[in-house]
Amino acid sequence: MITEKDVDHVALLGRLKLTDEERRLYTGQLNNILEHFERLKELDTEDVPPTAHVLPLSNVFRADRTGPDLAPEDVLAGAPERDGQYFKVPRIV
Amino acid sequence: MVKLLYQKNIAELHELLVRREVSAVEITRSVLDRIDRVDGKIKAYVTVTREQALAAAQAADQRLAAGEATGPLTGIPMALKDNMCTRGVPTTCSSRILANFVPPYDATVVERLAGAGAVMVGKTNLDEFAMGSSTENSAFFTTSNPWNPETVPGGSSGGSAAAVAAGEAVFALGSDTGGSIRQPASFCGVVGMKPTYGLVSRYGLVAFASSLDQIGPLTKTVTDCALVLQAIAGPDERDSTCAPDPVPAFASALTGDVRGIRVGVPGEYFGEGVDPRVAGAVQAAIDLLAAMGAEVEETSLPHTSYALPVYYLIAPAEASSNLARYDGVRYGYRTPASDDVVDMFMKSRSEGFGAEVKRRIMLGTYALSAGYYDAYYLKALKVRTLIKRDFDRAFSRYDVLVTPTSPTLPFRKGERTMDPVAMYMSDLCTLAAPLAGIPALSLTCGFVDDLPVGLQLMGPPFGERTILRVAHAYEQKAGHWRRRAEGAWEQ
Repeated sequence: MITEKDVDHVALLGRLKLTDEERRLYTGQLNNILEHFERLKELDTEDVPPTAHVLPLSNVFRADRTGPDLAPEDVLAGAPERDGQYFKVPRIV
Repeated sequence: MVKLLYQKNIAELHELLVRREVSAVEITRSVLDRIDRVDGKIKAYVTVTREQALAAAQAADQRLAAGEATGPLTGIPMALKDNMCTRGVPTTCSSRILANFVPPYDATVVERLAGAGAVMVGKTNLDEFAMGSSTENSAFFTTSNPWNPETVPGGSSGGSAAAVAAGEAVFALGSDTGGSIRQPASFCGVVGMKPTYGLVSRYGLVAFASSLDQIGPLTKTVTDCALVLQAIAGPDERDSTCAPDPVPAFASALTGDVRGIRVGVPGEYFGEGVDPRVAGAVQAAIDLLAAMGAEVEETSLPHTSYALPVYYLIAPAEASSNLARYDGVRYGYRTPASDDVVDMFMKSRSEGFGAEVKRRIMLGTYALSAGYYDAYYLKALKVRTLIKRDFDRAFSRYDVLVTPTSPTLPFRKGERTMDPVAMYMSDLCTLAAPLAGIPALSLTCGFVDDLPVGLQLMGPPFGERTILRVAHAYEQKAGHWRRRAEGAWEQ
């Protein structure tokens, strides 16, 4: 059973600020959703390996060569706030 | 009845273009006029790129006039789901948080379509960040189903499917994570294909769940689907999850013959939660395939019913990680006032994301969090293996598996928005294929109450040729593709 306190903790981890109404709504809905998922526990998966993704690919390398990069102006064009060639953010410490 | 240009498919328009009976500019104008006339009602588009489209059409005409090597997509107007990056054209994911985002680069599929001479006419509406099954989760507006505007077009690629069905694009691209190409294709009566995981590059596709996402075509016919897939498939060094193998020719698989093809019918897809009218239309299609010479047999995929919980743990878990990048720092929405940087992150995200996206971030974060990881996320990955093994076993005996695409007919707007679990049930039949990484296609197999019913064909990894062959033979025999979604709402 997920409590409103759990929901607050998860929201903080996910960097979301919930309103009181959202907290109530998500507590109910997450409980409802996870209740439907309890069925997974029926299955014995003791000796089953997990599948993280389906392609038999690992360590894909490309040739180490330089190529054109995005121009700094293009990269900064979408910045909410900037200072010259830098992204500007509110106080951190 | 003579078809107007916007009503024609790629193959028909290509014939006219190479015979110089019509120009790419004329075709593009026909489609743009159609958008002007009906998009106020259908609302398939977030952005229409009129000027750019006419310029691209002119360039296509010049290539054709100069006798340059051109392909089947040259001069063909198309639409992109608005989660594929287009340089200089907004890419919103139908989210407030990206409402003003203008990418500085093109997705690989966008480059490839442009290289093939296709003409982009606009970007289509979706459920925010591709999370949803009805397009009602768009932060901007809901798209209408051209067969009946009171009903939803499906989702999340609802804008792309509706645009093709309403003649507002000759073809479109969508993305599919749990059914987001196939379910709207079914609801809108068009062909939609999710290719094998790794066949099409995702570079420039805004990531939702990286172990599942695939880009694929939405088209009017199976032949068109093969042509579009050919243009976008293949290795890309900018996407390390792209399969390195060369791509086979798809169009040559369309022989019209299904004799000897082994078709499996998994009983689990016809049980609880499936509308009997949908099951009936699909059964009639299976009977037709058998009459055409396919070897049809009933089979079983025993872990089918676990696909829904597995999907709705894995996809939100991956999404919660992928969506961490929206922090208001480098691009996208930033809250106007904040105390410090963490406050800025939290306010920007809370104001920028809609309800379903937040719900999935919460669900995914919970499933990955300390104490619950083993019980939920790891458990889901293990059951995913069992689902994949079901398919491995089935494809040792069958060339394709045939099921309904959606358990129900297109539902009415607002009917499921208050109940997340009811909405998630819309994906019942489409979730297993991406979990197993296999290709799957939806095409129309009948109509109930003037609404289309979709037939789903699934194949083994990289079995696109066989799926397309069976789909094409069925389509030509059944003839549903000739029926168009133009009804009373147009008057």
